[in-house]
Amino acid sequence: MLIKKSSGTPTRGRLSGLLAGSTLATMDRRGFLKASGLAAGGLAAFGALKPAMVRQAEAAPSTSPNIVKRRNICTHCSVGCTVTAEVENEVWVGQEPTWESPINLGTHCAKGAAIRELTHGDRRLKYPMKLVAGKWTRISWDQAINEIGDKLLEIRGKSGPESVYWLGSAKFSNEGGYLFRKFAAFWGTNNIDHQARICHSTTVAGVANTWGYGAMTNSYNDIHNSRAIMIMGGNPAEAHPVSMQHVLRGKEQNKAPLIVVDPRFTRTAAHATEYVRIRPGTDIPFMWGLLWHIFENGWEDKEYIRQRVYGMDEIRAEVKKWNPQEVERVVGVPGEQMKRVAELMAKNRPSTLIWCMGVTQHSMGTANVRALSVFQLALGNIGVEGGGANIFRGHCNVQGCTDLGLDVTTLPAYYGLTEGAWRHWSRVWDVDYAWMQSRFESKKMMETKGIPSTRWFDAVLVDKKDLEQNDNVKAMFFWGHGGNTVPRMPEMRTGMEKVELMVVVDPHPTTAAALPDRKDGTYLLPACTQLETRGSRTASNRSLQWGDQIVKPVFESKADHWILYKLAKKLGFEKEMFKNIKIDEGDEPNVEDILREINRGTISIGYSGQSPERLKEHMKHQADFDIVSLRATKGPLKGEFYGLPWPCWGTPEMKHPGTHVLYNTHLPVKDGGGAFRARFGVERNGVSLLADGSYPMDSEIKDGHPEFTYGLLKKMGWDKELTDAERATIERIGGNNPDGVGWAIDLSCGIIRVTMAHGVQAMGNAKARAVAFGLPDPVPVHREPIYTPRRDLVEKYPAMADRRDYRLPHLGKSIQDKDFSKDFPMILTTGRLVEYEGGGEETRSNKWLAELQQSMFVEINPADASRLGIKDGQDVWVHGPENKAKARVKALVTQRVGQGVVFMPFHFSGFWQGVDQRAKYPPGADPIVLGESANGVTSYGYDPVTHMHENKATLCRVEAA
Amino acid sequence: MARMKFLCDSERCVECNACVTACKNEHEVPWGINRRRVVTLNDGQKGERSISMACMHCEDAPCMAVCPVDCFYKTDDGVVLHSKDLCIGCGYCFYACPFGAPQYPQVGNFGSRGKMDKCTFCAGGPEADNTKEEYAKYGSNRLAEGKLPLCAEMCSTKALLAGDGDVIADIYKERVARRGYGSGAWGWATAYKTGSSA
Repeated sequence: MLIKKSSGTPTRGRLSGLLAGSTLATMDRRGFLKASGLAAGGLAAFGALKPAMVRQAEAAPSTSPNIVKRRNICTHCSVGCTVTAEVENEVWVGQEPTWESPINLGTHCAKGAAIRELTHGDRRLKYPMKLVAGKWTRISWDQAINEIGDKLLEIRGKSGPESVYWLGSAKFSNEGGYLFRKFAAFWGTNNIDHQARICHSTTVAGVANTWGYGAMTNSYNDIHNSRAIMIMGGNPAEAHPVSMQHVLRGKEQNKAPLIVVDPRFTRTAAHATEYVRIRPGTDIPFMWGLLWHIFENGWEDKEYIRQRVYGMDEIRAEVKKWNPQEVERVVGVPGEQMKRVAELMAKNRPSTLIWCMGVTQHSMGTANVRALSVFQLALGNIGVEGGGANIFRGHCNVQGCTDLGLDVTTLPAYYGLTEGAWRHWSRVWDVDYAWMQSRFESKKMMETKGIPSTRWFDAVLVDKKDLEQNDNVKAMFFWGHGGNTVPRMPEMRTGMEKVELMVVVDPHPTTAAALPDRKDGTYLLPACTQLETRGSRTASNRSLQWGDQIVKPVFESKADHWILYKLAKKLGFEKEMFKNIKIDEGDEPNVEDILREINRGTISIGYSGQSPERLKEHMKHQADFDIVSLRATKGPLKGEFYGLPWPCWGTPEMKHPGTHVLYNTHLPVKDGGGAFRARFGVERNGVSLLADGSYPMDSEIKDGHPEFTYGLLKKMGWDKELTDAERATIERIGGNNPDGVGWAIDLSCGIIRVTMAHGVQAMGNAKARAVAFGLPDPVPVHREPIYTPRRDLVEKYPAMADRRDYRLPHLGKSIQDKDFSKDFPMILTTGRLVEYEGGGEETRSNKWLAELQQSMFVEINPADASRLGIKDGQDVWVHGPENKAKARVKALVTQRVGQGVVFMPFHFSGFWQGVDQRAKYPPGADPIVLGESANGVTSYGYDPVTHMHENKATLCRVEAA
Repeated sequence: MARMKFLCDSERCVECNACVTACKNEHEVPWGINRRRVVTLNDGQKGERSISMACMHCEDAPCMAVCPVDCFYKTDDGVVLHSKDLCIGCGYCFYACPFGAPQYPQVGNFGSRGKMDKCTFCAGGPEADNTKEEYAKYGSNRLAEGKLPLCAEMCSTKALLAGDGDVIADIYKERVARRGYGSGAWGWATAYKTGSSA
């Protein structure tokens, strides 16, 4: 028998290293394992051993002289896992766990563990291409920029700037995303959007309208502190697997009940202590049903409500209608289980509520979010560790790109589109306001919300008279955005065919390149991934993490900021746009400079303190941060929170530590504490909107107060504490009315500095709004999905009446009035798979992931399958209620879905109504796995506040193929 | 001397497949070969549990017992390895293995001649440690670098544990004690002839 030699001089383990012939003597493996006391290093991070022990793995003797380690952040979901790359001769040859990261502690999911493939991927788009008479032709970057620029200027001349649609990406870095937003402004349109529209726009609108900011209130790590955990409309086991290590730790260490509420028994539900199956589209009745038990039994936090919540009595009146019988009739959950869940959440506080797209992607998404927020307010769970509205965002930088205004309704940092907002950003950009205005069709258009990405094709297809802009959309940019991500794909496909110019800027050709039957006027520009450039991204918990360039952009791909600079130059506004941003060698705008400009302008949400230097320090000292509190317990950053989660108030020099838990009155403002934002006035109908006797620790104002202006500062007598420079800046901004200069437009950050010194939050201290006056349903009420099988409920719970918004007609009731349930009796809902992400082009092109999931499928309950004569694994047609929509997919017969409900994952494309589209991709850049898109079947339905699409509750018919 | 073992905590495994792609990434395992895979029981039903499975490097390995050419050997760490030079691709080990670990590729480095391939506990093969030859046949040798199998190191929820059997058993015991219940370390009794209650 062979005996493996037990000693030797091991070398680097990578093939390329071996080919290079480099060797380096290292300690013998057994010797190492013994010496370090770390025989089980890989697993020690959890369970008995402290993470500190794991870090000894660093001692591993593993480097050859040619190997360098570089760190970036995973480009898939919003958890923000640090990726450690081993690079040799500028090739990414290996991936190692990053034990030091307080977020992922070394771990990854299938996507993160396969991420190295992205920089090797031979399925990448390799060089710029254009469609010439239906054939993909290689062109140079210069030719591409020139031709695209000429066409854009032609369209601008003919139809105006509003006829170009800029669809951006949650995959941008903060710097790339910000530049993209700025670019659209300099081009002169608000038709700019990104994936936040389709994942959490309703969350942002819902929570920002409740307590101030549109973001996760706590963090993944903080779930370690939760005494009860409820996950609603979310499947983190597949969508955010690394978050599950924090969730399961909370569950195990605190014996916290884990309640999963979902129409589908998900892989997350498999780990729940309580699974609740609801009918798709009944989130509000479910929440009100829980609150019914809470109010009946007096389990709510009465003191918290008195001090910090406005309008709870109006909620009580609505909740009263949702007695157990009505809840069971509408939602399908028995009263006994409702009571049990309510009690678990109420009696195991702090309890956290996690939600994802099962709540948000509805035609009443904002109201859903509001109901969930009110629930957490009733229990006093907001602003406390272990509680919170832990909204798991989707893409790796969807939080950052939302914050930086890739949105049809606002400039960066939620300033909106008002004249004041434009003047603020013109000051930051150092351009004349009048010049800025001249870029737009008119001042009116400059201040008018754009067309949401869910409906861009309506802006191509509708009659011009129904569209509130000069002309239809004529040019479409898909910049890091899949083409299969919104419903009504048959109509979208027509829209794609009708535009004069279509430009795809992406590491992959995407569905947009392959779906429409276009012959000319399509350009594909290869963007690199964020792994091939440097910059910051914002994880779901608002922490900013800096990524270093791992390898240079592969093939002829280029970074987003390079492409934007080239295009700006071609269009003739690069001098204004890059006025304070240095252009480095190779025409590359300096990434650090871009972040510094972001810091200068985003005062309102505290993106102002996270300078590139500070962020790089945080990456360097990851190991010093506590994995529960996220606070550095030692080292040079002691006291700061990891990644300076926003708001990180004031200038970088003020050294604010960042805010781990939003609205937390248990800490001083200068140490990451806060209170609800005063952004809706000080009173309404004689009732105060300001906090009542609640304030951040050490605040000198022991009560609620409005947001600070220079004038209020004077009234308090604190203006004397401003420096001369700060006062001069404020007076320059204020012109004739310096007293009116608010904290958020004070470019000196002096108002923030002075108020903070008094323990006071410049953005005020208000109550959260249980009743959000100004929204379509100030008190959330149940409305049946517009495509519903429950005709018996339509009269009592009707959809919203038809209306207009976002420059377009918006239908609701007129569709719901028609009964589709006879021909389309099954409820169709959609969701994610762990192997793929978003539209899926990138992940379906990754051989290590594609192998794991090779077919598109529909999940159907065994009872329905047997009734319809469908066997597991056979092909079926799924028909949608609009446009003769249909998709041919495999049936997965499973009890995962209830009777009457079918589920399809939304990551597939490349088949269209049964026909393979592989030949339409540029040769060699087709994804490995293709399949029908779920959105080929899904239907109309938009949230009244954000025009989020309805992707979770529509109707369909399934037939054996 | 450490006795290397795998343990999958099914209370933690969320079937994310990180172990599978980490393995592919580390060893450049070709399409169609699965040194590691995740098996789900009761899929979509109450009681659904997933387990990450690969060669368990058994105490008394049945593959070694049945191999007609004696190509298997065990390292001092208890890792069961084999020689692809000796392997004749007969498939006996596949029939003998209680975990379905042996793989028989059709193409590429790993089996143009039908050689068996399986998990090496990231410990390579009989060739000199971390040589080109070893990498081409067996993938990288992390143990020789003082590292543990990447599948376990990267496991998203720390469900998959790899390392000194005593240490991982202690970690698992502590988890069970904290939870107040245990569903057993699946496969341990079969692989290591110890109590499944580890």
